[in-house]
Amino acid sequence: MAFEDQRTTVYKIDPEHPESETLPTLRTEELLLNMGPQHPSTHGVLKVILELEGERLVKSTPVMGFLHRGVEKLAEDGTYHQFIPHTDRLDYVCAMYNNFAYCRAVEKLLNLQVPERAEYLRTIVAEVQRIIGHQFWLSAQALDIGAMTVFFYCFRDREILLDWFDELCGARLTTSWYRIGGVERDLTPALIDKLKQFLDYFPPKIDEYQVFLEKNRIWLGRTKGVAVISAEDAVNFGLSGPVLRGSGVDYDLRKYEPYSAYPKCEFSVPVGKNGDTYDRYWIRMMELYESVKIIRQCLEQMQEGPIMADAPSITLPPKERVFTNLEAMIQQFKLFSQGFDAPPGEIYCGTEAHKGELGFHIVSTGGGKPYRLKIRAPSFIHMGAFDHMARGYMISDACTIFGTYDIVMGECDR
Amino acid sequence: MHPLLFRIQHTFSVGVTSLSEWRGDVAVTVTRDKLREVAQFLRDDPGMDFDYIVHVSSVDWPDDEERFEVVWEFYSIRKRQRIRLKTRVPESDCMVDSLTDLWKGADFMEREVYDMMGIRFRNHPDLRRILMPDDYTEGYPLRKDFPLRGKGWRDTFEFLDEVQR
Repeated sequence: MAFEDQRTTVYKIDPEHPESETLPTLRTEELLLNMGPQHPSTHGVLKVILELEGERLVKSTPVMGFLHRGVEKLAEDGTYHQFIPHTDRLDYVCAMYNNFAYCRAVEKLLNLQVPERAEYLRTIVAEVQRIIGHQFWLSAQALDIGAMTVFFYCFRDREILLDWFDELCGARLTTSWYRIGGVERDLTPALIDKLKQFLDYFPPKIDEYQVFLEKNRIWLGRTKGVAVISAEDAVNFGLSGPVLRGSGVDYDLRKYEPYSAYPKCEFSVPVGKNGDTYDRYWIRMMELYESVKIIRQCLEQMQEGPIMADAPSITLPPKERVFTNLEAMIQQFKLFSQGFDAPPGEIYCGTEAHKGELGFHIVSTGGGKPYRLKIRAPSFIHMGAFDHMARGYMISDACTIFGTYDIVMGECDR
Repeated sequence: MHPLLFRIQHTFSVGVTSLSEWRGDVAVTVTRDKLREVAQFLRDDPGMDFDYIVHVSSVDWPDDEERFEVVWEFYSIRKRQRIRLKTRVPESDCMVDSLTDLWKGADFMEREVYDMMGIRFRNHPDLRRILMPDDYTEGYPLRKDFPLRGKGWRDTFEFLDEVQR
């Protein structure tokens, strides 16, 4: 009786004996469900308290801070140079872009010009990092939704680039390759050859990833029309990166506040239409092609030259001189123990990382340490729109939304 | 003078305490009671059109009379311009108007400022701690008088004794 289809059964109540009728009363109540912090698709330690009506999300409250390490407080205690390795641990999947954003912010504070070759090197490595980031995102998003194969294909290609990073700076993930005023070391001819080989190898692989997904009914069903956010709302929530561009807002700092070597490269900014998960996926796939284009142009245009700004009071001396030359060693020691003297002032500098706008707000009162350093982390701000975007969708779509933000908790909780 | 600053100066005769432009960043400091009015102007005026909230930050100046500074950063998607809006709050009355109803994104950002610096936001829909635990009672970690190594909370951990040889 209780299991009959409720939609077709018509129950009649005898008005004289209402209690005699065995009317099945469906008990409805809102269910509170804790998702995380140990759920595999929350991409780290994130907890979301879901209020459910059946399987629909009525309200969701993100609970964050499980990975809070007080990075902003630590920044106030160290010199500007010493903070670079801390930025690696923000978005630990894409350390290079964090280094880049931080170094740019400090250079803006110091009004320091970076030599041209260093700008090209920075752009190349940043775009390589963007490729890695999007590959990682695609594998994680597809895995969340249930497509396992793409994960292996993405990681196969990502491994090539991580090995390339390993050869470049000695680390695969926590790279710390960028320096204030330039970069730590130059690309060797062998590395450039490897990168060129990869650029020839990679575009067909992007098509391959798409073949797995674009005609996959499960993928389409779980991404098209899921987690839709309108352009007005996306702007109002302060979303950035592919999540904002997916809603049709043309906002890319590489294009509109050009920095580094981006103004010298030709590339387009893909913009979505519907603001759903599929559009955000499409944008990231298109950005992979654009990244390949940017790297190619940079490799062509790049000329020989210095890779560090000529500002001995700020930039670190080359390592080989530190070990052979007394003055260079004293300089290195002074820079790390006291830091350089930054002018008093306040700046904000945003950089288009692959997740969105990664910004640093630095307040300086002079001296070698930042007085206050605030990190504008895209993952954190995207989580602010989670409740709005998840409302009315199913529990399983919550995983899709974590995926589509490309959330990394190291950056979110700082 | 930057055209944005010029307009703000001419629109608000009182309430704007300082205008600055440094390294290309445009900043306006307003008094606390004028904050909402200026923010509304920044968002709705067609010449301003700051529809995008970038971040909310806070700075602690322990020696000043008005100890805390709250910083909002806005961007205009259509006009492609940036502005920084600042206001000062004294420690005794650590309260400032929330801008959550103008920019919904301010919700989490202002919660973070409250969590880290202890500045309260009037009319904020859900002002709770966000990164620190809800039951954390030892103060606000980014204030300058909060020690870098914490307030002894770590010493209460029960670590296992080292194995004796």
